[in-house]
Amino acid sequence: MNGSEFSWSEFFAMGGYAFFVWTSYGIALVVILLNIVMPMIERKKVISRVKRAIRREQLQQ
Amino acid sequence: MWNWIHKFSSPKYFYDMSAKLVPWFAIPALLIGVYGLYLGLFVAPTDYQQGESYRIIFIHVPAAWMSLFIYMVMATSAAIGLIWQIRLADVVAAASAPIGASFTFLALVTGSLWGKPMWGTYWVWDARLTSELILLFLYFGYMALQSSIEDQRQADKASGLLAIVGVVNIPIIHYSVEWWNTLHQGATVAKFDKPSMHIDMLIPLLLMALAFKLFYAAVVLVRARNEALYRDRNRRWVRELIEKI
Repeated sequence: MNGSEFSWSEFFAMGGYAFFVWTSYGIALVVILLNIVMPMIERKKVISRVKRAIRREQLQQ
Repeated sequence: MWNWIHKFSSPKYFYDMSAKLVPWFAIPALLIGVYGLYLGLFVAPTDYQQGESYRIIFIHVPAAWMSLFIYMVMATSAAIGLIWQIRLADVVAAASAPIGASFTFLALVTGSLWGKPMWGTYWVWDARLTSELILLFLYFGYMALQSSIEDQRQADKASGLLAIVGVVNIPIIHYSVEWWNTLHQGATVAKFDKPSMHIDMLIPLLLMALAFKLFYAAVVLVRARNEALYRDRNRRWVRELIEKI
């Protein structure tokens, strides 16, 4: 930021490019969060799938 | 020696060891990322040509670098899996693909959002953009082959071959800005003479790149653990482990 005093409204305005800059950062945040959450969901899925397979085999015996 | 490699690259051994490693990558990724964002958004000066819009660079360039880096990790792992039959290598390749695809997507979208105010268009079919889009399709192709072929070894073979052949696209992406006339600007950091960038812009850029790399390391470990569990779902170590959860 040039200007001597810092202002939040100036910061969020991004010199008129607010839409492009903040959409970019927003999508980056979503991509990062999905990268964290999706493997967690996947782990639960794998575990429940194996558990079901174990139960099925125990019933067949 | 060979037995030693196979022991330490067994999915079970990897699964046991990797859990402790994740925070060692995840926490530095967070700290460096936050500091890089602070420097990039608050400290780095305004660009004299592009104004504040250039701040997209702190997302766009690290994402684009990761899209290439992860592809090389994926293709190298796939080649190791194909040649030496090391199962963990195939696990790492399969775990890398969705992460690489997500960074490629991010590079394309942020590039597009940067292109609109600077070039006046969201998209042009020029060499850099088109070759990066092909990279996204290579990741998708790899993932499609992985999920559509029932037999895991066949799936690894087919998708691994695609990943290896697709490596030709990597130098095309890198040199596209030199080989063809493109709208995309040339390299400012990765070139042989000094990077043509203000140091207060360069430092946050490199910090963000490091944060993205550490983030990938953490995520690929977690994904590879899932992949190892799933692939060995009929083996005893997974059965014993799951019964304890």
